[in-house]
Amino acid sequence: MSTPVTAPPTIINFTVDGRQLSAPPGTLLIDACKRSGIEIPAFCYYEGYSLQAACRMCLVEVEKMPKLQTACTLPVMEGMIVRSETEQIAKARKGTLEFLLTNHPLDCPVCDKGGECELQDMVFRYGAGESRFTEMKNHAPERQWSPVVFYDPARCILCYRCVRACNEGMGVGALGVTNRGVLSEIAPNKEDHLDCDECGACIDICPVGALTSNIYRYKTRPWEMQHVATVCTHCSNGCKTTLGVRNDEIIRGNNRDRGGINGEFLCVKGRYGFDFTASEERLTTPMIRIDGKLEAVSWSKALGFVAEKFKSVQADGGKFGVIADTRLTNEELFYLQKFTRAGLKTSNLDHAASGDLITLLDALSGQTDALATTDDLYKTKAALVIGSDLSQQHPLLAFQLRAGVRHNKTRIYTVTPGPVREAKYSATSVTVPLGEEYDALAKLTDRLKAEKELVILFGDSIKGQRVRDLVAWAATLGIPVKYVCLVDDSNSRGALDMGCLPNLLPGFQVDPHPGLSQAGMLAAEDLDVLWIVGANPLRHAPLASRKAFVVAHTMFLDETAARADVLFPSASAYEKSGTLTNVTGQVQRLKAAIKTMGAKADLEIIGLIAKEMGLAPTLGPWTHDIVFKEIHSGVHGYNVPLPVLLTGGAALTSPVNGPVKVNVLVDEIRSAGDTLFTSGSLGRHSKLLTSVPEFPGALYQR
Amino acid sequence: MFNEPHPDEVRIISKRFGLPNSASIDTYLAHEGYVALMKAIEMSPEQIIDELKLSNLRGRGGAGFPTGLKWSFIPRDNPKPKYVVVNADESEPGTCKDRLLIQNDPHQLIEGCIIAARTIGCKKGYIYIRGEYRYLIDIMDKALAEAYAHGYLGKNIKGSGLDFDLYTHTGAGAYECGEESALLESLEGKRGVPRIRPPFPAVSGLYASPTVLNNVETFCTVPAVLRMGGQAYADIGTPKNGGTRMLCVSGHVNRPGVYEVPLGFPMQKMIYETCGGILNGKKLKGVIPGGSSSPVLKADECDFPMDYDNYARMKTMAGSGGMMVMDEDTDIVKVALRTMRFYAHESCGWCIPCREGTSWLRKILTRMDEGTGRRADIDLIHELAKNMLGRTFCPLGDAAAMPTIGFIEKFREEFEARLRETTMLATTPDQLISIN
Repeated sequence: MSTPVTAPPTIINFTVDGRQLSAPPGTLLIDACKRSGIEIPAFCYYEGYSLQAACRMCLVEVEKMPKLQTACTLPVMEGMIVRSETEQIAKARKGTLEFLLTNHPLDCPVCDKGGECELQDMVFRYGAGESRFTEMKNHAPERQWSPVVFYDPARCILCYRCVRACNEGMGVGALGVTNRGVLSEIAPNKEDHLDCDECGACIDICPVGALTSNIYRYKTRPWEMQHVATVCTHCSNGCKTTLGVRNDEIIRGNNRDRGGINGEFLCVKGRYGFDFTASEERLTTPMIRIDGKLEAVSWSKALGFVAEKFKSVQADGGKFGVIADTRLTNEELFYLQKFTRAGLKTSNLDHAASGDLITLLDALSGQTDALATTDDLYKTKAALVIGSDLSQQHPLLAFQLRAGVRHNKTRIYTVTPGPVREAKYSATSVTVPLGEEYDALAKLTDRLKAEKELVILFGDSIKGQRVRDLVAWAATLGIPVKYVCLVDDSNSRGALDMGCLPNLLPGFQVDPHPGLSQAGMLAAEDLDVLWIVGANPLRHAPLASRKAFVVAHTMFLDETAARADVLFPSASAYEKSGTLTNVTGQVQRLKAAIKTMGAKADLEIIGLIAKEMGLAPTLGPWTHDIVFKEIHSGVHGYNVPLPVLLTGGAALTSPVNGPVKVNVLVDEIRSAGDTLFTSGSLGRHSKLLTSVPEFPGALYQR
Repeated sequence: MFNEPHPDEVRIISKRFGLPNSASIDTYLAHEGYVALMKAIEMSPEQIIDELKLSNLRGRGGAGFPTGLKWSFIPRDNPKPKYVVVNADESEPGTCKDRLLIQNDPHQLIEGCIIAARTIGCKKGYIYIRGEYRYLIDIMDKALAEAYAHGYLGKNIKGSGLDFDLYTHTGAGAYECGEESALLESLEGKRGVPRIRPPFPAVSGLYASPTVLNNVETFCTVPAVLRMGGQAYADIGTPKNGGTRMLCVSGHVNRPGVYEVPLGFPMQKMIYETCGGILNGKKLKGVIPGGSSSPVLKADECDFPMDYDNYARMKTMAGSGGMMVMDEDTDIVKVALRTMRFYAHESCGWCIPCREGTSWLRKILTRMDEGTGRRADIDLIHELAKNMLGRTFCPLGDAAAMPTIGFIEKFREEFEARLRETTMLATTPDQLISIN
């Protein structure tokens, strides 16, 4: 007779407030309760970060345990009988709150947190409204730690959330604790200032008004704002951001509902980099160059002028070139490519390419489930980062990997031309001269073969044949491999998917009549019209054609505008609606948060030009929802579930799985190398971004 | 600090005190030094633990946890390195025994550590010495050097195949670092705040590895237990309370000092005979029996055999052995204030009830002492201390709350009397309102 082996239990049954509950072994009582709708109050406990048990608010009664127990450190146990709300518990919580309020200033009427303060809510719930404290409160003056972060020690309740968000969440570790006892304070790593990402995670996670941002403080009361959940415009990661808006002004950015792919993560650009929208340098009226000088004109005049010019060039069989911005919405990109191909009858259409997704798709032809999502980065057992300073360029992807390291023991391998933050917690990091990243991979082969799965993230140093080599090498590892081809901008991926390419139609269908690439257009001396929808290509390369009539949609008078004959003031991503596809192919909804006088969404400008040219019947309506319908039904991989989009979620698109036989212009693929603190033209017009000291990684000092 | 041996004493771990050059290895070797170690090398770890269990030795740091049991919790099949850590961060007010043990007999401590290392299979140990005990570090370092020179530390100790290195490490002046998990944090170079327990140090201690962490006196007792045999040691004390303890008697007695007496020694005898009675023939008011954290005993409660169980029966605790005797003229309000000033100063600030509670209580007691107390303050002090009790992260909060509750409950009339005196002294209303 064999001895029965008792398997470890897969589910634990316990009782809270008379309710029978169950949870997997190892679940903390506070989490198990939360999932069952029983809220146990806490200041210091924060899901995903290390345990502190410092605030003592989550004390509960557990049968057979003489003392009150902290629900945040107690794993559920079989048969455990818990009471979460009793007279004794209420008294303990009230007592703790009374202690907290002794030194906490009651300046709620002027505190930024007033109205959304966890301490206020807790006192509202448990009392301690009448204080027996008649002594002098401790006070310490407020400090400014950086252009962004202010700290008011008196308001601080020492829950250490900020310390953990910075250290564990961001991998920066800029915050610690100084002094002791009642004089304890949070302190920055450089004594009086921060050397950090300025991401504001510490401010957002603060339950009270101890940490405030230079951008938001003393601007408004929280209940006076409207909250618009949209997508950040700055990089390709596609973080959801909730903009706090009052009187058509964006006052705050955070991710209030924590519902997006980024949870509550945002970087400095996502949280504070919206202020370019209110820049005094915004172009607010169309302009036409008259006698070499740009003159403000009416919309009807500018539109008519452009339409006439386009029509006459078309009639003369002239050469058009169209360059799309990689921050346009999918609808704008789709409509623009339709305009170019069906209206202007040319395929001289391109965008600034920053990653070689096309070759990757071709090389992966036939493989299913080979493209990683942001969620995969968190869950994967191992990740390989090639040639990218992820924390600088793709902060959300870096955040996901870090969270994976903490929660899932993800092993990270890096092959980069300079030191990167990921090296701090990577299993192996290799530094190689720029451009030799691929050759260094052989060093990792054996170690990677021992992994169970792998996500490979590669930047612009792997392109063309190198992509094929990489896929072939990864196949020799004998483990499931997924890829992320890193691209730069909020809709770089959409520009590829929507066919804003000279040789590919939407959905990576080969264009039988390929046109000129961006470099080709800029170099063509016989170009008659260059229509630049939002981008700033003339910053990096001159326009060869002297005769070209240049039309530019722009927010600012940039290098491209300096050469333009007609300028249309365009709306920023925060001023229009539509959809964006992030670097990992997840499509999300962009929602207009504000209106800016004078500017129009690019889709509207394109549509109005079409109307003026009499192309409207050919191209169809130009409202974003109607164009999206067309994309949804017509573009390969975009027939995503609509409820996901409508509820503010991210729907995964699936690009073509099959050969993509085109000649990829490898030399034109180049990342703009934006860092955490830069964002092309937008960054230059953000007062906040230009005020923070920039510490670019070694990778981008080229 | 320590007197000539008193006839009431049973000197086991303090027997070498007073010998010429008592701290040197030569003196130590001449007086049964390292005999227990040689015995331990011949014994199996289980045998050593059995001997300790038999001895009823309980931790001398304050909590009184059985030492043999504690050592038996070390998972010896754990592949991680194991550590021995000595808590020599003696900071409990009224306590000064570890200091004498290190000063007069450092090799006894070293021997205890090596035996612990032998028992749990450990290669490295640390003696975490209170920062203010600067001079003890020199004594300890000298003793360590001697032990290395004589082959009792380092590689292959006395041909046994046992390797063990022992180091000293200084604290930086925090009472909190005497709490074992905060001590480990500090030893690892981090801020000295306590850790969430479980896991306990036996499972996850220094560098998240299994760790034996005991008080100086506990380690010092281990060689004696092995030399005498567990049973012989246990026979000295009362049942379940094996052996002797170092009692540090201070305050209003004629012969204050550190005395090694068997557990169960009568308190009355201690005060009136061993220590020569109350200073100037005054009457006894009360005794703080086990360091400032232990609740005070009134004069009529001070007649019981001093062992762990009887302290508990008296609703106080043996603590660290710091016995503070107070005569009839002692101002209890001042004692309560002095105690709370200490805890408010030493609270690490990690958790809310301790951080804010100690500070608030200090403010009220200061006010009361200065003459602007209010009638409601007495109940407030009592209630605030109760609000802290059992709700703080680590025992420091309890250590501040327990004596305060004791002072109020047992000497309430003194607080009320103070209120009467001072209210009469206050002449203007604003003197009645506290400013700090």
